[in-house]
Amino acid sequence: MNKQNVVVRFCGDSGDGMQLTGTMFSSLSAILGNEISTLPDFPAEIRAPQGTLGGVSGFQVNLGSGVFTPGDKADVIVAMNAAALKVCTLGSKFNVAGATYNTNDSMYKDNAVVIIDTDSFTKKDLEKALYQTENPFTELGIPESVQIVPVALTALTKESLKDSGLDNKSILKSRNMFALGLVCWFFNRPIDKAIHFLEGKFAKKAALIAPNVKVLTDGYNYGNNLALNIQTVTVEKSDSLTPGTYTSIAGNKATAWGLIAAAHKCGKRLFLGSYPITPATDIMHELAARKDMGVMVVQAEDEIAGVCTAIGASFAGDLAVTSTSGPGLSLKSEAVGLAVMAELPLVVIDVQRGGPSTGLPTKTEQTDLLQAIWGRNGECPAVVIAASTAANCFDYAYQACKIALENMTPVILLTDTYLANGTSLWKLPSMATLPTIQPQSVPEELKGKYNPSIRDERNVRYWAFPGMEGYEHRNIGLERDYKKGTISTNPENHENMVLTRQAKIDQIAQHIPALTVQGNIDSDTLLVGWGSTEGHLHAAANELNCALAHFNYINPLPANTQEILSQYKKIVVCELNNGQFATVLRAKIPGIELLQYNEIMGQPFAIERIVEHVKNI
Amino acid sequence: MEASQFKSDQYVRYCPGCGDHAICMALQKAMAQVGVPTHETVVISGIGCSSRMPHYLNTYGFNTIHGRGGAIATGVKTAHPELSVWQMTGDGDCLAIGGNHFIHEIRRNVDLNICLFNNRIYGLTKGQYSPTSPKGFVSKSSPFGTVERPFIPAELVLGARGTFYARTLDVDMPTTVDCMVQAQKHKGASVIECLVNCVIFNNGTHDWITNRDSRAERTIMLKHGEKMLFGANKDKGLALDYSQGLMPRLIVVAADDQRVLVHDAKEADPTLHRMLALMGQERYLDTTHDGQGDDLPIALGVIRDVEAESYDQAVNNQIKEVQEKSKVKTFDELLQTLEHWEIN
Repeated sequence: MNKQNVVVRFCGDSGDGMQLTGTMFSSLSAILGNEISTLPDFPAEIRAPQGTLGGVSGFQVNLGSGVFTPGDKADVIVAMNAAALKVCTLGSKFNVAGATYNTNDSMYKDNAVVIIDTDSFTKKDLEKALYQTENPFTELGIPESVQIVPVALTALTKESLKDSGLDNKSILKSRNMFALGLVCWFFNRPIDKAIHFLEGKFAKKAALIAPNVKVLTDGYNYGNNLALNIQTVTVEKSDSLTPGTYTSIAGNKATAWGLIAAAHKCGKRLFLGSYPITPATDIMHELAARKDMGVMVVQAEDEIAGVCTAIGASFAGDLAVTSTSGPGLSLKSEAVGLAVMAELPLVVIDVQRGGPSTGLPTKTEQTDLLQAIWGRNGECPAVVIAASTAANCFDYAYQACKIALENMTPVILLTDTYLANGTSLWKLPSMATLPTIQPQSVPEELKGKYNPSIRDERNVRYWAFPGMEGYEHRNIGLERDYKKGTISTNPENHENMVLTRQAKIDQIAQHIPALTVQGNIDSDTLLVGWGSTEGHLHAAANELNCALAHFNYINPLPANTQEILSQYKKIVVCELNNGQFATVLRAKIPGIELLQYNEIMGQPFAIERIVEHVKNI
Repeated sequence: MEASQFKSDQYVRYCPGCGDHAICMALQKAMAQVGVPTHETVVISGIGCSSRMPHYLNTYGFNTIHGRGGAIATGVKTAHPELSVWQMTGDGDCLAIGGNHFIHEIRRNVDLNICLFNNRIYGLTKGQYSPTSPKGFVSKSSPFGTVERPFIPAELVLGARGTFYARTLDVDMPTTVDCMVQAQKHKGASVIECLVNCVIFNNGTHDWITNRDSRAERTIMLKHGEKMLFGANKDKGLALDYSQGLMPRLIVVAADDQRVLVHDAKEADPTLHRMLALMGQERYLDTTHDGQGDDLPIALGVIRDVEAESYDQAVNNQIKEVQEKSKVKTFDELLQTLEHWEIN
């Protein structure tokens, strides 16, 4: 059977290696020419009790051609235990007593193939997953159209590895590789490619290569030889990718690498001051590992020290960055205000998660937008931009650095859990083709006459830093004199400075790309979105045959925003929050009428739901 | 270099009679003596009277936000260890709002010269008790006397495994300059606690020891390698007494007593440094202090000065080592280390 694209979901205990299995299968698919989009979905606890509902970890991938999102619902489920089957079947209702399968909540389609490990459906397993009866399929009300494929994964893995010399625990941990082998067979993946890939993965743990290859191959052969009563699927290769060298990359890694590329492009040292926080920490991990690229990372004592060490490095002439999530951005507010006042380049990365307060640390949301734009004391404008795919986190991290260094301002880059942990295909760039970055260096003729208020015609002040002879100066968080740069409490001067700092941010609109419209531009209906929802909105616009305006630049807005929006009768702003971007647009584009579609469930949009909603309004 | 080279063109706006005037002059003298050029000297501060200092020094300076000077200075020095970085802070800025950054810059041993102006009061917000105000201290925010237990800054420094601690008086310019110079020479976090007088809100807080008539009897100037002697005629010395149970204690003995200790600021074990730093501190803990322990002098000068690797050097060395070993030199080469494939 040929399919344009399929959605596969691996789920099991958080210790079952589902993220690794999913990642490997995704990468393998990408190597074979598919587009991919992935969504890891794991609990906040590191290890919930084994076999319980709270410990179910999932990994979903959409692969094929014309892939924009990880997919609403799965075509194929691999459920490693009884708890995983329940969670996949009931979705958000998994802990509601008496709940049964229904199309809205289920994580798989009603014609899905569900592969289960029958060895993990013992009486004890069912009890742990809070089943009331001994027949899970009937109890869950799984429709007959769903094809259950029972495989004794545990027993088969044990058999496969009985002579491997591995201890029992390690053998059991290899169940995921048997499952992966089986899935590879199901999707007609050449086993040799999978083996090659596995060898690369375990290159540093040579002893593990042979047993993993064996169990993977046995899984593959199990499907092949026993000719399981299911039809295998061949997924179409992508036809829309431009030729080039590709890899698959997660958003956090792409963000980190965008920063490194920017630093190398402009010859500045990259400095990261950060504090561990889910889901942003991988950016720090990635950069801490890149000392070979000269990256300096300070794991600070708290979020405030994270941004403050970065401000110190910026004051001293480096490309300075701090990375965090919503609660951390709250803590950094005052210091970001200092960078606004001191007019220092600074990149602040906020990987948004569910809030407020500690909220939903591992879930995705777009609820920090207003905090990013307005969440500081005083008139305190900063640039706000947002990435919209895992791969373009690279581009927007790069842009954030470029804007900060060229305009002497903090830039807040918004990504979120969905982008941070999800992966997409990334066409490798080359340094030569990346845009140039020209930091606002002080001209030689100001030597001996410099002060931190002197600015160019764009209202951007010049950057001089310690070590440069003849440019000694005092910078401040207090208001400073427009001409002399020293402390000033003069009323007219303060207003002038407030307006000057605002004008400096506003002029950036002239240097960012214009807003473009995708989809059916002649439609009366325009979907509007920003950040990580682009894939979902793009797919929804295609289904609705309407137009889409998707924003990556938020403050300032692209110069043609009003012009574009005024061309459409029905505008629906779709966001994973309670209407924050709609609020911004209403404030900045007077007289415009906006409809809203909002979801605040800690999950990415479902294309289906957007389409349904927009059709009905 | 000359002290005048470190003077900025800004009018010094401290209150007439404020101890900060003296610290400002001491800094200019110390910086001249140290001889690091103005463009390689950086002065970072937070908020408070002490934190106005960068404006009066003709170096690179950054008057930042309340309590964060330590973190910002850590960023400057770590990114650029070649610079001489000073932090100006007060008992509120450093020990209350900035307490976390303070203990961590010390723990990491960032090579900073931290001048902690201790006047036991919030001056710029017009007179509230601080973390070093004694219990019972009456202020605008403690009209019935504070019920809080104060910090002794030296204990925090040593508790955070500090490598350099000195104490000085605003009225003692030579010692202040000397402590600053030694702090600059020390590779690591150097804390100089400057006991300063707030002429408006806490006038006379250090009179017990700053008073010319009694200073010699009530303070001891500690010098590495020299006998611990004090008194107007240097007739008294410090010794350890083991007669009171398990814990030795410091006592005052005659100068010619053979038990008189020799100051060793380089001793790694901080036990004796702590005992020295705590001498005479009872009066700063509680306003109802009964005078017990006042026979011991308050220690001034460099009390602790031990060597340890500084954070900024360690960070930069590690980067250098990794870079030297790495085959990957450019970003384009780095991209090639990713698993990648061609799509035609």
